[in-house]
Amino acid sequence: MPLNNDADATQDELVQLIAPNGERRSNAAYDRWVSDVDDAALQALYEDMIVIRRIDAEATALQRQGELALWPPLLGQEAAQIGSGRALREDDFVFSSYRENGVAYCRGVDLTDLLRVWRGNASAGWDPYAINMAPPQVIIGAQTLHATGYAMGVLADGADSVAVTYFGDGATSQGDVNEAMVFAASYQAPVIFFCQNNHWAISEPVGLQAHVPIAHRAPGFGIPSVRVDGNDVLACLAVTREALDRARTGGGPTFIEAVTYRMGPHTTADDPTRYRDANELEDWAAKDPIARLAALLDARGLLSAEVADSVKATADDVAARLREGCISMPEPQVLDVFKHVYSEPNSWLDRQQDSYEQYLKYFDSADADTAASNSSREVNR
Amino acid sequence: MSTMTFGRAINAGLRRAMENDPKVVLMGEDIGKLGGVFRITDGLQKDFGSHRVLDTPLAESGIMGTAVGLAYRGYRPVVEIQFDGFIYPAFDQIVCQVAKLHYRTQGAVKVPLTIRVPFGGGIGSPEHHSESPEAYFTHTSGLRVVSVSNPQDAFVMIQQAIASDDPVLYFEPKRRYHVKGEVDEGVDLGATSMNDAKVVTEGSDVTLVTYGPLVPTAQNAAIAASDDGISIEVIDLRSLAPIDFATVEKSVRKTGRLIITHEAAQSGGLGAEIAASITERCFYHLEHAPVRVTGFDIPYPYSKLEFHHLPDLDRILDGVDRALGRSNSLSSRSGLEG
Repeated sequence: MPLNNDADATQDELVQLIAPNGERRSNAAYDRWVSDVDDAALQALYEDMIVIRRIDAEATALQRQGELALWPPLLGQEAAQIGSGRALREDDFVFSSYRENGVAYCRGVDLTDLLRVWRGNASAGWDPYAINMAPPQVIIGAQTLHATGYAMGVLADGADSVAVTYFGDGATSQGDVNEAMVFAASYQAPVIFFCQNNHWAISEPVGLQAHVPIAHRAPGFGIPSVRVDGNDVLACLAVTREALDRARTGGGPTFIEAVTYRMGPHTTADDPTRYRDANELEDWAAKDPIARLAALLDARGLLSAEVADSVKATADDVAARLREGCISMPEPQVLDVFKHVYSEPNSWLDRQQDSYEQYLKYFDSADADTAASNSSREVNR
Repeated sequence: MSTMTFGRAINAGLRRAMENDPKVVLMGEDIGKLGGVFRITDGLQKDFGSHRVLDTPLAESGIMGTAVGLAYRGYRPVVEIQFDGFIYPAFDQIVCQVAKLHYRTQGAVKVPLTIRVPFGGGIGSPEHHSESPEAYFTHTSGLRVVSVSNPQDAFVMIQQAIASDDPVLYFEPKRRYHVKGEVDEGVDLGATSMNDAKVVTEGSDVTLVTYGPLVPTAQNAAIAASDDGISIEVIDLRSLAPIDFATVEKSVRKTGRLIITHEAAQSGGLGAEIAASITERCFYHLEHAPVRVTGFDIPYPYSKLEFHHLPDLDRILDGVDRALGRSNSLSSRSGLEG
């Protein structure tokens, strides 16, 4: 069965503004979208990427130390997430999967909120309206429809916000993603489909999902698409800005395929050595998104030891605050388990909660001895 | 008071809800110009515009998922699923998103979605057009499920469902769409709750619990039984999740006998839930085991056999005889059923 890696065959159609060796490549169509990115802005993008890689490493360590149950690393996808995330306006709204911690960072998420789900303290880390970003979606591709519906609402409101949905190459096989593109095209909704093709859906290579570049699918739905070097932060910024502008000015949806690579496991529970070649990882390490921006900065004299030290200090500080927030996170209260199932009172659930409260009190009461013996009887049954 | 059909009453309720709240939008297949295959949304697109009554592409998961997105944006979408058997492509969005989003976000995101589902059989349709899928949804935490049995309730409860901040599945008995009844359009919506069951026929010997399309059948059974001197109390549940067990319990404490009838298949169905819950609540008041008169555990059959599958007046009365220990179709069997 031919499961060809699609990326190399079509390399020349990728939008790329920074080559893997750090050379700035001019691009007639896209340079204008980043003409305002000055030295300080480039340094800021560099810092963002260093910081989220540091967050990723710290969270992975917290998982290894038993402080988190699970963590989905973004290692290797920093440029795709920072480039697109930094293009957004505050009133845009993000509907992402569970790997977009870099995008959440751009949205201004509280660091501790990044970890609540993975520590088992909540099903969502933050109030979506506080940072205009929905909680991480676990059902693959489901959020693309939410983004499209949100964008339909924006259109009805006469606003010029944009909904941006993030998903992976695996998600493009889901019916929901395809239905989302149908709806987005039909209603010309201001939504951006930002696909991070990181080449792996857990153990399944992208060739199992698609035999043509994923970006080629969108025009079939009537949606313009672009394929961008997902390890090039400047190019990701440029294509996202172009898509945002199209959406804000009545041009409807855009599909962006950011070709990148998941350098880590799917989650901390995964073992990629079982299914992928070490050489492949090496090839992609040579295209590392941070290394190439560092090379560009260095060539321009923008990465002095002083700058590098300052960035590192910022990243270390963020990591320390992340760790502190994780360890000092208050435990949820028992009866929180019943909260917010409904907005309004529900007689079934109220009765169950009442019974459980009685049950808990029973063990706290003077009858504790009886309760204990009942309890052991239950266990032995 | 005016006389209108069941379908027209829902239409009037939708119209009222749209007039009262500009955030109410209708979505579904063929609901615009056509007014829906059952004409329930007739005239609404013409009067409110295509931005409030949206003809959607033919993709139920797409409809449900975009409705969730609209809810995120502050809208109050009312989704029409064209037929009961077409809801399954949307099942994932309903169960994983619609039902859980409020819990997931600790109340930050409300999903005040109403999902209208024409359901049940008796209209001579091919497969997938006559199903009763309500138990899938009553088993799903985070959803409210209601079913209406008459034009007045249809008019009031569609507005109550839309006003609810929780997602509500609103099951419409499609074979009753043309039944006429009196509707008071001036009724105070706050005077009743869609969560409450209603005793629609008072009686003292047997409690007969049902909802939706079988309510008139049950009421006719009560009339027929009264000829034999048997007094049946009929309860229209109206809300299927949560069920108003207090009303059912009160009745069963009086009658000592419980019969549940629904079109949906028996095993794992609402009848089982009602029997178990009422047995838990008032076991010592029961004179007989609860009796279920339901559809069979079969895929919905082809139309020439559907009236064997659907509980009718005679099958309900046979169930009443069983509950009363009178001669019945199973009397000759050994065991408890007689």
